Amino acid sequence: MEKPATPELVLEAGRSSRHYWADLWRYRELLGFLAWRDIKVRYKQTVLGVLWALLQPLVTMGIFSFIFGTLAGMGKGDARYPLVVMAGLLPWQLFSAGLSGSSGSLVANTHLISKIYFPRLIVPLSALAVALLDFLVALGLYGAMALYFGEPVAWRSLLLPGFMLMALLIALGAGLWLTALTVKFRDFRYIVPFLLQVGLFLSPVGFRTDVLPNWRDLLALNPLTGVIEGFRWCLLADAPPLYLPGLGISLTLTAILVITGLWYFRKTERQFADVI
Amino acid sequence: MNPETVISVDNLAKRYVLGHAVPYTTLRDTLGQGARRLWSRLGGAPTVDSSREEFWALRDVNFSINRGEVVGIIGRNGAGKSTLLKVLSRITEPTRGRVGLRGRVASLLEVGTGFHPELTGRENIYLNGAILGMMRAEITRKFDEIVAFAEVERFLDTPVKHYSSGMYVRLAFAVAAHLEPEILIIDEVLAVGDSAFQKKCLGKIGEVARGEGRTVLFVSHNMGVVANLCSRALLLDAGRVVRDGPANQVVSAHISTNTKSAGAVEWPGTDASVTSERLRLVSARLLVAGQVTGDVPIDQEVTLEYEFEVRAGRGSVTSSIHLFDKQGVWVLCSGPASAELGPGFFRHQVRFPANFFNDGLYTLSLILLTNVTQIQVHKRDAISFSVFETGVGREEYGGIIHGCVRPVLPWQTGPVSPAPPHA
Repeated sequence: MEKPATPELVLEAGRSSRHYWADLWRYRELLGFLAWRDIKVRYKQTVLGVLWALLQPLVTMGIFSFIFGTLAGMGKGDARYPLVVMAGLLPWQLFSAGLSGSSGSLVANTHLISKIYFPRLIVPLSALAVALLDFLVALGLYGAMALYFGEPVAWRSLLLPGFMLMALLIALGAGLWLTALTVKFRDFRYIVPFLLQVGLFLSPVGFRTDVLPNWRDLLALNPLTGVIEGFRWCLLADAPPLYLPGLGISLTLTAILVITGLWYFRKTERQFADVI
Repeated sequence: MNPETVISVDNLAKRYVLGHAVPYTTLRDTLGQGARRLWSRLGGAPTVDSSREEFWALRDVNFSINRGEVVGIIGRNGAGKSTLLKVLSRITEPTRGRVGLRGRVASLLEVGTGFHPELTGRENIYLNGAILGMMRAEITRKFDEIVAFAEVERFLDTPVKHYSSGMYVRLAFAVAAHLEPEILIIDEVLAVGDSAFQKKCLGKIGEVARGEGRTVLFVSHNMGVVANLCSRALLLDAGRVVRDGPANQVVSAHISTNTKSAGAVEWPGTDASVTSERLRLVSARLLVAGQVTGDVPIDQEVTLEYEFEVRAGRGSVTSSIHLFDKQGVWVLCSGPASAELGPGFFRHQVRFPANFFNDGLYTLSLILLTNVTQIQVHKRDAISFSVFETGVGREEYGGIIHGCVRPVLPWQTGPVSPAPPHA
């Protein structure tokens, strides 16, 4: 039987595959399967199961509403303050779940990486897919709350996917850096929880940035500020207009994070199996 | 390049940098190295980082393989076999040289890579298939065939953590066996599973290569399997291809070069690990047909002898051996009766019968004792030897024969007449 000549694949030192992105596409189903595996296994042998995905944002929202809204007096008697907090918590949760998932993903999949070839980018990407699912559950929770508080749906909520994407990209950029670094330096395992703990307070999750006009530009250096403000702008009818210079800074930082993250990941990827 | 060539390897080399003491690099190390580099660049004395050592797992490897060949890769542990497979399957990149591959490569370096214990058999078939590079539609198409091959129909919806190890392996191999790559790379995966299934797997590999014109690369420690299954073999030693040719010739060359392993040890008088106040272990050796060797044909007797010195005193002295197989399973303990010995040199000798050990590596610890129970010297891993097959009792079976020992027992086959009442 005459077969058409198969193109030759060349493996050489320092030469990354020219077909990397095509390979990534070819392995797209693996991405789905890995995410599906993590979701499926996630709540096995738990009593509460998927309720965990609701419980965590609910409790955090309750605590934040109390601390910032009541104790710090930022709520100014606004009965809808929990909604403001929840609108900020949504993107934060998407980011933090995406980051903690993707930053630990390579080491968690050591057995795959040392035994089989596939574009390694699949691994952190599948972690983001898992975070996205949790986010959708929490978004449903927000919907229920909005109904309860009688919050009208603004046309701006159509732009929400854009800000979701931005939160995912920030998580991806930082996650790529951290997961590639964790392969070599296990120190970064300990940095991530700390980073997320600090980040939760440095991001305007529990408060609105328009109450701190003098700090706005400084806060914008945290790319999540733009995302969180964007979420509130999309979801809350009485949200202040978007602070565009701040959003511009956030977008630029996001782009830098993703591009450098991809660069570092691709640069170190070929040695993962040797050092992991 | 020959159009039939599917794998071409030119001057391939792979270097690993070994770090001692710390298994993972920590940030502090890297910062420390950075500081040292900076120091030497600033004109300070160069510092040598003695904790790093290079290791060439492969060097100057050259070969090419044509479509449809079944090639066995053999060699001792650490010869570079697994590294070669890892480079060919794109898990790790070469340090130097070039590899050209034509066609889809699937590698099976471990059985059940990516199996998740919490998922069911059905779910794992899909997951594992995707990990091995199959598309969902392809897996669905072959699903029934995979299940039938693995013989796990009844347990498809049971999480694989409840599977027996045999079922687990069967399922994992079944998925891999139904890949349709042009090049299939297999590492020692058949070292598990029951013999009947091994036979089935080997049959499948042979079928894949002969019937469908695929290329198979196969690493094994089992010389019988390599000789039976492969048309050609590569012998690796210390990272180089030292022999390349018809499988049975390379296999016999490998068995005879293996005879280099010492089979004799002598300990210097200054070695504290073999010396106590009373006793000292001097030397140990293994003999087959009067020759010192570490390689023992399975069907020949082997004699172990060791010499020791009684340094002071007079009293009850004895010794004991602890024998372990390559998995660390304790095979046996044995020792001579105690004797009243005064200063001087003495020898203990013991003979193991032919057809007693299984094939593989065995390690001996030597223990010298006084008053029956007082350990004076305990030399762990004092001497080791490997038992190799000569085909005894195999007939056409090419798989692994399990167990610590492999005695030839007086089996009998006979008719039953009249037929038993319940038949």
